[in-house]
Amino acid sequence: MSEPVVIQFNKVSKYFKRSSMLSFGFKSMVLNLPQHMKHLKQAKRFCALNDVSFEIRKGESVGLIGRNGSGKSTTLSLIAQVLRPSEGWVKTQGHICPLLELGAGFNFELNGAENILLNGILLGMTRRQVKEKFARIVEFSELEDFLEQPLRTYSTGMIARLGFSIAVHLNPEILLLDEILAVGDMAFTEKCLKKMNSFREQGVTIFFVSHSPEMITSYCDRAIWLDGGQIKDMGDAKTVCVEYKKAIMG
Amino acid sequence: MEYYRDLIVVLFQKEFTVRYKNTFLGYIWSVLNPLLFAMVYWFAFKVILKIQIPHYTLFLVSGIFFWQAFANSLCSSSMAFIANAGLIKKLWFPRECLVLAGVLNDLMHFVLSIPIILLMMFYYHIAPSLSWIWALPLLLVIQLFITYGFALIIATCNLFLRDFERLISIFVTLWMWLTPILYNEDMVPAKFQWIKFVNPMTGIVINLRHLFMGMPLVGSLLLTSILWSIAIFGLGYWTYRSFTWKFAENV
Repeated sequence: MSEPVVIQFNKVSKYFKRSSMLSFGFKSMVLNLPQHMKHLKQAKRFCALNDVSFEIRKGESVGLIGRNGSGKSTTLSLIAQVLRPSEGWVKTQGHICPLLELGAGFNFELNGAENILLNGILLGMTRRQVKEKFARIVEFSELEDFLEQPLRTYSTGMIARLGFSIAVHLNPEILLLDEILAVGDMAFTEKCLKKMNSFREQGVTIFFVSHSPEMITSYCDRAIWLDGGQIKDMGDAKTVCVEYKKAIMG
Repeated sequence: MEYYRDLIVVLFQKEFTVRYKNTFLGYIWSVLNPLLFAMVYWFAFKVILKIQIPHYTLFLVSGIFFWQAFANSLCSSSMAFIANAGLIKKLWFPRECLVLAGVLNDLMHFVLSIPIILLMMFYYHIAPSLSWIWALPLLLVIQLFITYGFALIIATCNLFLRDFERLISIFVTLWMWLTPILYNEDMVPAKFQWIKFVNPMTGIVINLRHLFMGMPLVGSLLLTSILWSIAIFGLGYWTYRSFTWKFAENV
């Protein structure tokens, strides 16, 4: 374990205001002003992550498992640095590439080729880099015949394929995956998993969020089990997943 | 730097293509709206109220095209961040570019509508003066910074206070009537001349119109609008910067 640490969480806690009253709008704010003032004062905080510490080293593939609302997405957002921790600190090193939700960063009126450029740029490439990799992205996605079609004519699986193809050609150092692999057909899923394996061989760090213990055991070395915003267990992927399964099966 | 430029260019291209892609009459649509408004205002003010302003049609058009671009930028900026929630929640990138791309787009439309103003100038036998070479780019830059500043404030506030977008569309309409676009600034009674100084849009509107009507620019107003553009852009950018790390929680 001499590889450098690339993701480090140190006693990280993250609170959200339970009701962000302002986004309800003026009408309800004015009509219920007294209650709102009270709410604001009490400002009930919801604790999404509570004192979480872990380290991930370069080249590891780590699975994050847990039930809905256990803090998995919050952890991912903290790594991607779109959220700031309320307490503690998060340190990351290297180019982080999150695999976006289906269709995020795409425009449905533009065609496939234009969307590759748009999405690639949003994910941090320059135009020159996208152009260099364009042919490989298209080839990987197997969507050559649809490049001139607007994205709104694509099927869900095709959009997922395009998104994944762009993301894997970004030369990420840290890849964040949030259960997306399940959308493509079998053949494409197989291709993605192969690509992930080759990433592992290249020393890319993979952080994989899922509530499927099977996925995590097959593709991760290590697993972190989150429960109610706290780490319940951490260690070898198989052992953790066995424990997790036991716990949720009753 | 290269990345920044590319991001703006690509987002700009996106907006631009999307706007024109499926409409055969794309360009016509974008100028038709302000032209129709100009016609109605002309009917109400010139025909019915008999306003005493020479070349009133040109007068109207030279203000309305500009205001349309400004109003569009402000209204569409309220959705700039919300419409991209999926990105903002997952990805850290210079989000201000989303707003800037929209503002640049409306500015581009304004530039594209200048030929129509030129056509009207031709009709009234007014030739563009030499000062266009420096004054037009300068005024466009001032307009860019004022609009961008306001747009950043609106886009940011709308994340935390969702009713903002409705307020803005009302407010922009009211604002137009308080800016000398349909009437001349000299017609404003002395008692209300102060509005000119607290309205950041007065200076730029008057100078743009002077440019299009072949009149000399007003130096003091030019200076005021430069100061306004710096102040508003500064305020907008500061607002954006101080809240940007909370976007993902609120979007």
